[in-house]
Amino acid sequence: MTALPAHWLDKDRRELRLKESAASDRIYELLTTACALVVPALVVSIAVAIFAAAWPAFAKLGLSIVTSSNWDVAGGHFGAAPAVFGTLVSSAVALVIATPLAIGVAIFLSEFSPVWLRQPVGFLVDLLAAIPSVVYGLWGIFVLIPLLREHVMPFLRDTLHLGATPFFSGPAYGPSMLAAGVILAIMALPYISAVSREVLMAVPRSQREAALALGATRWEMIRDAVIPYARSGIIGGIMLGLGRALGETMAVTMLIGNRPEISASLLAPGYTMASLIANEFSEATNDLHLSALMAVGAVLFIITLIVNAVARWLVWSVARSRAQ
Amino acid sequence: MRALKLAALMLLAVACAKEDANNSGTASSTASSHGSVDLTGAGATFPYPLYSKWFSEYAGSTGVKINYQSIGSGGGIRQLSEGTVDFGASDSPMSDEEMSKAKGGPILHIPTVLGAVVITYNVPRLSVPINLTAKTIADIFSGRITKWSDTRITSLNPVLTLPNTDILVVHRSDGSGTTYIFTDYLSTAVPAWATSVGKGKEVKWPVGLGAKGNEGVAGQVKQTPGAIGYVELAYAKQNSLATAAITNKAGKTILASVPSVTAAAAAAAKALPANTDYRISIVNAPGADSYPISSFTWILVYQHQTDAAKGRKLIDFLNWALTEGEAEAPPLDYAPLPSAMAASVKARLTTIDLAASK
Repeated sequence: MTALPAHWLDKDRRELRLKESAASDRIYELLTTACALVVPALVVSIAVAIFAAAWPAFAKLGLSIVTSSNWDVAGGHFGAAPAVFGTLVSSAVALVIATPLAIGVAIFLSEFSPVWLRQPVGFLVDLLAAIPSVVYGLWGIFVLIPLLREHVMPFLRDTLHLGATPFFSGPAYGPSMLAAGVILAIMALPYISAVSREVLMAVPRSQREAALALGATRWEMIRDAVIPYARSGIIGGIMLGLGRALGETMAVTMLIGNRPEISASLLAPGYTMASLIANEFSEATNDLHLSALMAVGAVLFIITLIVNAVARWLVWSVARSRAQ
Repeated sequence: MRALKLAALMLLAVACAKEDANNSGTASSTASSHGSVDLTGAGATFPYPLYSKWFSEYAGSTGVKINYQSIGSGGGIRQLSEGTVDFGASDSPMSDEEMSKAKGGPILHIPTVLGAVVITYNVPRLSVPINLTAKTIADIFSGRITKWSDTRITSLNPVLTLPNTDILVVHRSDGSGTTYIFTDYLSTAVPAWATSVGKGKEVKWPVGLGAKGNEGVAGQVKQTPGAIGYVELAYAKQNSLATAAITNKAGKTILASVPSVTAAAAAAAKALPANTDYRISIVNAPGADSYPISSFTWILVYQHQTDAAKGRKLIDFLNWALTEGEAEAPPLDYAPLPSAMAASVKARLTTIDLAASK
């Protein structure tokens, strides 16, 4: 008997599958396809709407929207550089504070914590993500800002003499880039720690046992065997936290001092793109003003896209370097 | 026997159905006069507490339901221009450019009540309110005066011992009618302010921190010794904030209150031409009893109403608001219009024309 050509077999199989598939299968397939198409369509339509609304401002003002520091609505000047700066700096401050804390929490929970403590501590950390941001803002105004103004800022500036550097100089009023960074750190922390904890727990036992068998101490095992294995996942978690920090609006608006000026000092007030839009959109009637706010939104959109792209590239390159 | 039962059942069913029909008939007729929304409006948040009281009382006495979204003056102007609401509301008058863009033709500005802006501050251990002039306020808010002990402040306050501490300026960060009134006052009373900062719902502040909303400014001022800021009179009174006395145009030092704000409107109204469109600023008003930082808030309506039934309801409501409604204002810390002015505004309502319904 001669063997059937391979593509015949293939054809048979396809027909068989078609016959077996009931109408319900078709419906199911159509439904899931629709779901998969609707979401990207939504992203594209949001992008199109924002850029279309922002176009008049870009056409009239060009790149000065992101390069100029003069935001003067009455005078018709729309330079949002301080807001771009504030968004990036407050998010960076947040990551500098949140990353070590969150990874520390994750390592403790996955490696050191007694089993009975793991659940409640993990739950409480995750709960941070469930607090509404306006509540963070209120807590910031009534607890965090007085604490920063009375104790932390004078300590940093005077006791540690960091006031000699431009980064901690000047008067400490409370609402500041530092206050916004701290609140963003608290808000980003649960995202970073939850992801890090999961990837650390997913590191195979054999990885740990191999390190211990080679005579590593517990700390050496974590540092050399566990963390490198989980690195790409942890970076993914950090980027998730960064995404949270970049877009956060309410809590930051309440704590940053809303001053459109670029200042090196973290004790000085600043501004972010999200709070600029939230502050001015509801009362904006002038067309160019509205369009300029949309343009700021478009820039924020682009920055978050870039962050996501960088995150994917980082995760991918770390995964590849481990594979080699 | 069985047939009889069936017939009885059918009769019953018919009777019930008829009953239902009657019920639903009455229900739908009530809905058209009481249940559904008759007028929709959108705009300013500042007069919202008073407006919502007006709307509920008006619905109670006449059955006309009014739905109002307090989305801010800018949103109110936009929605009225697009024709998506029956009336708008704003804390600052529309510019000629904005008026020309309205799709429904000419817009009337109907002043409803008055609001005022007060200066609040945090200087411990003061026995009486601080006195300030327009020039001093402008110097403080532009960063030329930086200490409470500056002679330009102490000379106005000989009875007070003011500390040698830094002044922290707190202003609104969100676009707001409050900021408009405050900067309008400084622009009118201090020429240097008009050329340097100007007026608007948001301006480029030379110094200070921005806080969101009246509550944000008040909270920041309360927490920071040496701080100074500006908030709505109603908000300041309800929260018992320390407020400054301001020297008015007549040279008298005066505290903000419902009567002193109404007095400012009365004094300003005297100078109005008969054909005014009420797009007027009353800051720095003449008159010994006038509080200088006050302003109208307006309801905006189209002069040509395309739906006669709705237009009728709107005119009736505005007439009610300018008569019975005004009496509701003082308990909520809004200043009512002077009575002569309320009468001339009502006369202006008669210029609204109701086109025949299509």
